[in-house]
Formats: sequence, structure tokens, C-alpha cells
Amino acid sequence: MEIELKLNGKTVTDHIEADTVLLDFVRAHGCLSVKRGCETANCGLCTVLLDGVPVLSCSTLAARANGRSVTTLEGLQEEAADFVGFIADQGAEQCGFCNPGFVMNTIALLRENPDPTDDEIRQYLAGNLCRCSGYEGQLRGIRNYLNSRGARHEV
Amino acid sequence: MKYKSVNKSVRKKDAMQLLLGKGVYVDDITPSNALVVKLLRSPHANAMVQEIKLDAALKVEGVEAIYTWQDVPQTRFAIAGQTYPEPSPYDRLILDRHVRFVGDPVAIIAADTEKAAEQAMKRIKVTYEILPAVLDPRTAMDNPTLVHPEEDWFPPCAVGGDNKRNLVASGTDLDGDVDAVLADCEVVLEHTYHTKACNQAMMETFRTFTQLDRYGRLHVISSTQIVFHCRRILSRALGIPKSQIRVEKPRIGGGFGAKQTAVCEVYPAFVTLKTGKPCELIYTREESQIAGSPRHEMQMRVRIGAMKDGTIRAIDLHTLSNSGAYGEHGPTTVGLSGHKSIPLYSGNLEAYRFSYDVVYTNLQPAGAYRGYGATQGIFAVESAVNELSERLGLDPTVIRDKNMVREGMVMPSYYGETANACALDRCMARCRQIFDWDKRYPVRDMGGGKVRAAGVAMAMQGSSISFVDVGSATVRLSEDGTYNLILGAADMGTGCDTILAQMVAECMDCDVDDVAVFSADTDVSPYDSGSYASSTTYLTGKAVEKACRQLKQQLFAIAAEMLGCSESELVFEPKGIRCLWTGQVATLEQIAYKAQCFNTHPAEATAAHTSEISPPPFMVGMVEIELDKETGKVDILDFMAVVDCGTPINPALARIQAEGGIVQGIGMALTEDIHYDSKGRPIESSFMQYKLPTRLDMGKLRVEFESSHEPTGPFGAKSIGEIVINPPAPAIAHAIYRATGVWHRELPITPEKIVMSKGNAE
Repeated sequence: MEIELKLNGKTVTDHIEADTVLLDFVRAHGCLSVKRGCETANCGLCTVLLDGVPVLSCSTLAARANGRSVTTLEGLQEEAADFVGFIADQGAEQCGFCNPGFVMNTIALLRENPDPTDDEIRQYLAGNLCRCSGYEGQLRGIRNYLNSRGARHEV
Repeated sequence: MKYKSVNKSVRKKDAMQLLLGKGVYVDDITPSNALVVKLLRSPHANAMVQEIKLDAALKVEGVEAIYTWQDVPQTRFAIAGQTYPEPSPYDRLILDRHVRFVGDPVAIIAADTEKAAEQAMKRIKVTYEILPAVLDPRTAMDNPTLVHPEEDWFPPCAVGGDNKRNLVASGTDLDGDVDAVLADCEVVLEHTYHTKACNQAMMETFRTFTQLDRYGRLHVISSTQIVFHCRRILSRALGIPKSQIRVEKPRIGGGFGAKQTAVCEVYPAFVTLKTGKPCELIYTREESQIAGSPRHEMQMRVRIGAMKDGTIRAIDLHTLSNSGAYGEHGPTTVGLSGHKSIPLYSGNLEAYRFSYDVVYTNLQPAGAYRGYGATQGIFAVESAVNELSERLGLDPTVIRDKNMVREGMVMPSYYGETANACALDRCMARCRQIFDWDKRYPVRDMGGGKVRAAGVAMAMQGSSISFVDVGSATVRLSEDGTYNLILGAADMGTGCDTILAQMVAECMDCDVDDVAVFSADTDVSPYDSGSYASSTTYLTGKAVEKACRQLKQQLFAIAAEMLGCSESELVFEPKGIRCLWTGQVATLEQIAYKAQCFNTHPAEATAAHTSEISPPPFMVGMVEIELDKETGKVDILDFMAVVDCGTPINPALARIQAEGGIVQGIGMALTEDIHYDSKGRPIESSFMQYKLPTRLDMGKLRVEFESSHEPTGPFGAKSIGEIVINPPAPAIAHAIYRATGVWHRELPITPEKIVMSKGNAE
């Protein structure tokens, strides 16, 4: 089948098999940040934004994105660069394989709720697994970023 | 000691690349037109392949080739990443007619697309002769069913194994007369503990790309911790010379020991050799869960003898380890269950005995997982010490103060090594203080069926494998005065590329940014055992120091000719070399250019390092839980740990190691379970069933350092990577006992187990 969508702002038209998942589609179109960590929609590594809303691209058919807008970390480099340095300062990126999904979901969180509490951060990112960092350093990084912007909530 | 670059929280060199999602892993950097390799796996725990029909499968469009046991070399090999001769037995073929666990490969399929490969897989018809299976490690030894009956089973080292007894290894170590001392003790406690075959569950599953390079050699790009061992393993398995193989690792999406075994490399490599075409094999999460290289399941019987005042005089430990269907890391992991638990109590120990049996079963083969047997042994011994202190009515931190190993003590159960650098006593004191142990140790009823309780555990590990591991480094000066650091160690996310660059910066008096790092490639890197056994900071770090020293000598030789003075008259400065006699300076830039013009002194140096000792890091962990007595639910409120890893080369990265390890330990203690059905089929084959801790499950973590100075380590450093997973399980089991009155001696301790065992309170 033929689909047309906006991938990181650029129009992409392609012929796909009906059972192509969005994860494989965006990787085939050069968005290598998007990773597969499981087959059961449990890890959050493949998170992308579909019309601005975070979805798991491993369990979203590419056909579902027809006529819509898909954003991966490749399309949000500047917005991400704004805060990921604070995570780098903690060393909490570690192996990095979960980073793109977790960074995408953090961007979605901060767009929805620019001044979250620590508990709100934990809740929102609960579906993003990380096996290396123990999560605490990621939270410290996000918190330091928010504090640098003069956030109200502080723990 | 004041340092400029080490003992500093420098950002990881790859941090921004990783955080911004750049393509740096195997599947990102390799061509997308490679053949897709898939493995048909046995549905039976023990069976003989009678017949394989491939006709229908080969007709699938896009199928390149399908290989079965009849197509592969007949030389047995081991896939454990260990120094030659490996303690692990040579008990594998690439494909074997005899399949030994549910998931053992039966056929290799190569196709243009994943879909074609999967379709072909469905069309392969296999007839099996199903054999009785050994599914319980406790009845494996001398079982009439043999997992490895073959005559060409071969152990490269004498480790007490016997395939005709289902025995991978066995042995006994002792000091003193343990039975006599136990008989003389006022209290003897005996209990059996059981830990499961937890999965590393690194986010990037096993994967390997292979192709023939421009010289027609086998070029392997793999997510591996062990490029050199991998080359040697492939050479034996495929029957081709090592010079015809190049193994390279890009960034690795986590390892934790899983990738210290060449789990998947051999399959695409074989297809590339057969077809001449590039190939890629990516394990699914299910394959990583059921056919990876998880922790060894262990059952440990502990006898501990003490006096009523809490003096611990004897420990007798027997470990039964389940190696699964193949022997990878079986003979070595078991050793740590005793050698890295008993020495914690060197204080008053008069005698110890540590005996072990490692058995084959028809279950998933185990491998190396962070902690490597120490985690299991420490769960048993630390739990036993907690049981002892509760029985004697003594504070468990006080009983440890009384018996723990202290700096300067000889540890008979740790190969007679002396604790040259040991701040375990300070770790305990500090942890007690920051945790507020005296206030939190008493059980508190919170109302509504909820209680709060605390638990404690100590831990140790090693730093490298003494008399075995080799760390190496090449340091090279570039024309502008910057440096290249070339390594064979494998940064799998830990940050070792960065901390080793910090050491170069310290030695060469330059900025960390002036050091570019490359690792690892068997064609380019100096030989390094690889990143495992908590060796990289300690050994490769020391090699970096040595290489820098040697590089300075090389640069002195060049500068001496340039400045017309003798090398003894020269001093090294941040930007150049100065002649003390004339005051003249040759800048690093001038020296580097001179090195490239009419010169015989290379502006680079390679050094290797090894060690006769394996200095243990030490750690104390304390946990507070809230337990719901009605539902059995356990919430971790706080986990506090104080670690002695010697000098932390990069405190931020050391902290993350500790936090990450603690959360893995919490998973092992509470949620990560492994079950098999009555046919030996694994249940927890996805993240749906295998529950990793999320960020809602770990409470608050707090990690501090109490540093000792290890005289044999670089800048006083020991290791940090593995020890950190050890304290959570025994500390949490202790807290659950405090809350419920029941000792849980099997992991994980699920709410169901807590509720079902209510009646067993002591």
C-alpha cells in the first residue's frame, strides 16, 4: 500500500506492506535513533511522537501514520540538546540504548507539563525501562535542568 | 592527593552522541542489505534430530540457504569469553544433532528479508526423537540421563568435571578443621538458600554483523565485551586461522556480562563464510530471554558456627550450581560464591570449608552476569549472618563490626590475599549514620496493616582475575599535541573509555578533551582480555599509566636529539619538553612533527599490565521497606549504600554504577523470576513476564563513597562495576523477615510467597 506522511517535517511517500510497523518504517527512512528493545510494548525504547503524542512505534502500524506527522529524536535535536546535557553531567546516559525513547517521552512530558514534580516525572516515564542507570541519575539530570530554568517544584 | 583529571566527574566522551540518538550501535552502522539470519530452535529440552526436511522452506522466495547439523564443522568449542585455556568445557557444535534445551538451535536460515526467513522457518519439518530430560539440578549429578554423553566432550582445564556424571566442575577449598571448630561453637546455624537464573536484560539484545572484508577475511562487527576471545572462539568453531578474522565492537547497548559469552557470533559468521555475503543476526527479546547467558541458578547450604557473643568462628558452604545445557562459565562462577562471601568474615574465622558441584541440566545454559557467583554466595552467607544475629538477639551491624575483614588482615578464604586497602569498617559506620540505622532498625507498625522494617548486608568482589587477565593500552601523540588512546577493553556503557582517558590526561598533564579514544578492534587494539571480572579500571588503567610513562621516554628520545642534550637533562611539561641545562623547549607539536621526519623513535607506546592479586572493593547496603501484611506487597522506601572502590576515578560514573547495580539487585530480590514448565519450557520469555524494576519500583537511592587507597591500582583505584549488585537481595530478605517474622531463603520474594508463608513466622 502507498502511504504519505510527514517525517520530522519532511513529506515522505512510500510503498509498504500492510503489516509494516512504524518502528521499521522510520528506521528504513534513516531515523536510527528509534530502537527496538522488546516485542511486547514493554520497554519504551521505540517511543516516537505521532501528531505530537508519544506512541510506541513497535506496536503502531506504519499505515496508521498515513497523512499524519511523525517526529523522532532526529527531528528534535535542538529541543533535546537543551536538557540532555544535564543528564550527561550525571553520567546517566550509560549504554545509551534506551536514551532516545526516554528523551522523546521527556520532551512530551515537558511540553504537557513544563514544571513537573519528581513524582510526576517518575509516573510519566514509568514505561521507559533502563537497565543501566537505576533511574535516579536521570531524575537528577531532569531536576537540575528544571531548576536551571527556575522551576517551582524542587525536591 | 590532589588530581587534575582523575577523581573528577567528567562527562562520558560518548554522552551527547548517545543522548541525541546518533546511530552508533551494530544495527545502525552496518549495511542494510545484509542477509537476515534466523535460528530454528528446539521445542524439546532433550532430543535427537532424526530428520530435517528443507524442500518446502527452500522454495520460499528470498531464501539464500538453510544449514543443519550435517553442514557444520565437527570440532567442539566453548563460547565463554575466557583466557585460553578456558576453564569452560568444549561441549558445543555450531549445530548439533543432539539438542539439549528448549531453544537450542536446530537450523540456520539465511534470507533476503526477515519475513522470508521466518516463513522458511515455519516450513522446515523436523522429526525429533524425544529423550528424557534432566530438569532439576538437585537430581542432575549421576542421573541416568546424560546431558553430554558424547565422547568428544573436552575440558581444556582440570576443574573436576565429568560429562558421564553430568558434572561440569567440582571441588573443595578449606582452611583449618571446620568440623572440629563447628563442634566447639555455642551456636551452629544451618540453612539452604536458592537463587534463580536471572537475565541481564540489557536493552540491546545479542547481535552480530559479518562480512568478508576487502582482503576476503571474515569481518565481524558485534555487540561484545570480548573482541579477542571472540576471534579465538570463532577461529576454533569455524576452523579458520585467527589472521583471517577481524572482530570489532561499536557502542554496546549494555552487557552486564551477557556479552562476555559469544552467544550469537558463530551463526552469521558461518553463513558469511559459506555464502561470501554480508549477514546480520539480531536476537529477539524472546531469544535473549530463553537462549542467552543468564546468571547461574545456585543452591547454597551454609553452616555457620559462632559464640553467643557473636564471634563467628567457622563457615561451611556448599554450592550446587546449575550450568544448564552447556558449561559456559560454570567452573568459575561457582568459585566466587565462596571466595567472595566467606572472606567478609575473616575477622575471627578459625576455619572454613567451601565445596561445590556444578551440574549440567536440560535448561537454558548460564553464563556471566554482574557479580558472577559472588551475588549468589553473598545472598546465602549474608542472610545466614542476619539469621544468626537475630537468633542471638544482637544488632546485625554490631555482629558485623565484630567479625568483618579489616585493612591489613590476611583472608585465608580469598587465596590468602591481604586486604591492603579496606574501608569496610568505615563503610559500615557511615552507612549506619546516613541511614539512621538505630532509629530505623526497630520494626514500626504504620497502621492499616503496614509495617516498616530495615535490613543490612555487606559485600565484596574482586578487581580482575589474578594471574590471568591482561589489560593493555596504546597512547600516541598527534601532530598538534593531542593524544590517541587505543584500547582492547570494551566500554559497554560503563564509561571506561572516558575514565581511561582521564588517566591519560592526568599522566600527560593535558585536558581530557585532548585525548581521543578508540576501542575495540582485534586488528588495531593492543591485546586486552576484555571488559569483565571488574578488571578494566584496575588493570587497563594501570596499563594506561605504564604506556604514558613509556611514551614520555620516547618523546624524551626525540626531544634530546632536537635540543642537543641528554635525556636525563629533560623535563616533561604540559605543552612540551624543556632542557634544564639550556632552558630551551621543544613543544609537543614540534616533537610530533619531528617524529614523522627522519626519525626512528615512534611517538607512541603500548603497555600491558597484569596482577598477582585481585583487590576487593567493599560495600555496605541498608534498606528500609514498607510491607503490606495483607497483600504481601513490598515497597522499597530507601536504599542507602556506602562503597569502598578505592579512588573513584570518575565519581559521577561510579555513583551511576552503584545506583544501576542496586536497582538490578532489587529486581533480583523482588520481581525477576525464572520458571520452567514440566517439559522444560521457559515461562518468562518476554518483558511482559520477566519484570524489570521500573522507576516506580526502587524507592530512593543514596550512594556514598568511603575510599581506601589500593597501592597496586591506578591512582589508588579498585573496581566498582560488579560489587554493587550484591547487597540488595540479602538486605531486602532481612527487612522482610523483620516485617513478617519469616525468612525467605529463595529469590525472588514475591508478594504471593510472603502471603502464603504467613503461618511460618518464627
